[in-house]
Amino acid sequence: MALWSNFTFNDGLFALNTARMKIVGQQLACERGGRLVFAGVDFTARAGRMLVLRGPNGAGKTSLLRLIAGLSEPAGGTLELEEASLPPDTLLGEHVHFIAHQDAIKLHLSVTENLSFWAGFFGGGDVAGAMAAMNLTALGEFQAQRLSAGQKRRLGLARLALVEKPVWLLDEPTVGLDAASLQLLADMMTRHLDGAGIIIASTHIELPVKSSDILDFAGLADRAG
Amino acid sequence: MSSIERFANPTRFMRLQATVQPWVWMITLALFAVGLFLGLARAPADYQQGETVRIMYVHVPAAWSALMVYTVMAVASIIGIVFRHPLADIAAKAAAPIGAAFCFLALATGSLWGKPMWGTWWVWDARLTSMFVLLLLYLGYIAIWQAIDDPRRASRIAAIVAIVGFINVPIVKFSVDWWYSLHQPASVFRTDGPTIHPSILTPLLIMGLAYSFLFLALHLISIRSEIGARRIRQTELARTGALQ
Amino acid sequence: MRIGPGEMKSAFAAVISRDLSLAVRQGGNIGTAIGFFLTVIVLLPLGLGPDQQLLQRIAPGALWIALLLSVLLSADRLYQTDHDDGSLEIMALSSTPLEVVVLAKASVHWLTSGLPLAIAAPVLGFLLNLDTALILPLGIAMVTGSLALSLLASLGAAITVGLRQGGLLVSLLVLPLYVPVMIFGVLASSGAQSGIDNSGTALIILVAIVLAALVVTPFASAAALRSYMR
Repeated sequence: MALWSNFTFNDGLFALNTARMKIVGQQLACERGGRLVFAGVDFTARAGRMLVLRGPNGAGKTSLLRLIAGLSEPAGGTLELEEASLPPDTLLGEHVHFIAHQDAIKLHLSVTENLSFWAGFFGGGDVAGAMAAMNLTALGEFQAQRLSAGQKRRLGLARLALVEKPVWLLDEPTVGLDAASLQLLADMMTRHLDGAGIIIASTHIELPVKSSDILDFAGLADRAG
Repeated sequence: MSSIERFANPTRFMRLQATVQPWVWMITLALFAVGLFLGLARAPADYQQGETVRIMYVHVPAAWSALMVYTVMAVASIIGIVFRHPLADIAAKAAAPIGAAFCFLALATGSLWGKPMWGTWWVWDARLTSMFVLLLLYLGYIAIWQAIDDPRRASRIAAIVAIVGFINVPIVKFSVDWWYSLHQPASVFRTDGPTIHPSILTPLLIMGLAYSFLFLALHLISIRSEIGARRIRQTELARTGALQ
Repeated sequence: MRIGPGEMKSAFAAVISRDLSLAVRQGGNIGTAIGFFLTVIVLLPLGLGPDQQLLQRIAPGALWIALLLSVLLSADRLYQTDHDDGSLEIMALSSTPLEVVVLAKASVHWLTSGLPLAIAAPVLGFLLNLDTALILPLGIAMVTGSLALSLLASLGAAITVGLRQGGLLVSLLVLPLYVPVMIFGVLASSGAQSGIDNSGTALIILVAIVLAALVVTPFASAAALRSYMR
């Protein structure tokens, strides 16, 4: 996370004015467990566009997302946040929504309680709006352990609508979703992009979201050696 | 590649170690020869304990060294955490088994000394008890290295263990002394303090120095083999990575 | 979105209230810990013989040992679910320092394990023929000392959070750290049993140890948790 703390910005105001924001990775390399996962990755993620990560299992899509979130450090290369009006010394991590394989929900809490916890943790959020966004309103009083896998996934995704954050990092967000929920997710993502947000997502299926760029990991394994 | 950069420094260490190692061994042997001769042959026997007091020349420096090695380990851990220096992590890891061995030696000789003095193999004396807790701290540190596969993660977690343990050592010492003074007033090991005679102190200090050089010699070898082990791991991982 | 004190406070409160309601809802934990405590207490007379004098003499120390084992083992999985279900990562990706999360979780552990045990232990002391004059000092010392016990146990849980075999390793790592807490805890609760009455001084030192644990363990635990996320 220290990586992001090196950047200083001229504009001291943070007002989600992210219209020209870019996340630029250059010659990124990543190591896990002493093994080089990938090397020489270049990408640019622009405000209002989605960057789709493609590639076989183990190519390092998750690793790249964790790297961008600041959960791990690159073994080489640079990551930069350009032209964003975030305050100096900012940590990107706190401006990121990270949807991982785990849904980060507590099985013994109800749907409302789960979202209320995250709202409280982030210092405020729109619980009702988040539930509506992923069609969870009717399930509000249900304990999370009684939800189906797809419903749990929706609860995990509802966090995206709970608090506004400019950067969304989504790791296989569509797993377990039915067609209707997929559309809800796509709507949410479209709204985020329309608001000049950034999305970086790894996915195996085509998401009905316009304006996307593709970063293909297929050829990277050779370069890693 | 960055992994090569990270081992640039260890490479320099390997060259230095190869040059220094024989000299360190020679100094170690010389110090042991002088120290043991003075301690076992020249120093006076105790008027109460007789010849058994000579165990002290093995026991006390072992206890000193065990504490010193833990300090080395903690300092290396701090350097490893703050500066992310791979050699510091390796140095901390390599020191632990040596320190644990010194600690065990101190406990074993303390126990041997106890037999003629107290008529029993073990007494919960304040110093021995503190030394025992130190051995447990060493064992915990070694165990955490073994429990974590990823060496980089293991080095961070182990460093936290070492630093917290290091903060704990003086508190344990203080609390055990308190505890002991309440239960049994007089301490038996009066090897410190101003009353000690030079004929005893000199061999003791020489033995302390001998142990320090022994640690240095063993530590250098241990670091060398750890660097070697990591390089093998690196090569193997690179090969499995290429096969995918 | 800078780290504001208000935001940190609300995150702290959110974790506390969530973990408290989880503890209440899942139940069992406090009951299991007290059951474990009682088991250790029952084993003592069975191992040492039912001599009332002997039991009275060892009662404060025995109760402390049972307390610290119960607190230690009940903290074993403190961060496990948050680590496994990804909550910990989401918490790390916020303006709230992980240290605050650690402090909140350790506090909840103390409230739900350390504190109830520390209150129950002196009362259950009658099983070991505990001198009734010692009930109050023992209670005060245990309520104080259990704070340090919970904090150090949470550190042990953080250090081993990503590992399969927790229990034994946690014990090996944490029990040496418990030595000073136990020594001054027993001294603070034994009154004049061993001759001179040092219990006041011992209690002050115990408080100092608690404060030291309060300073060191959140940073160490948070550092350990971050290492497991990388």
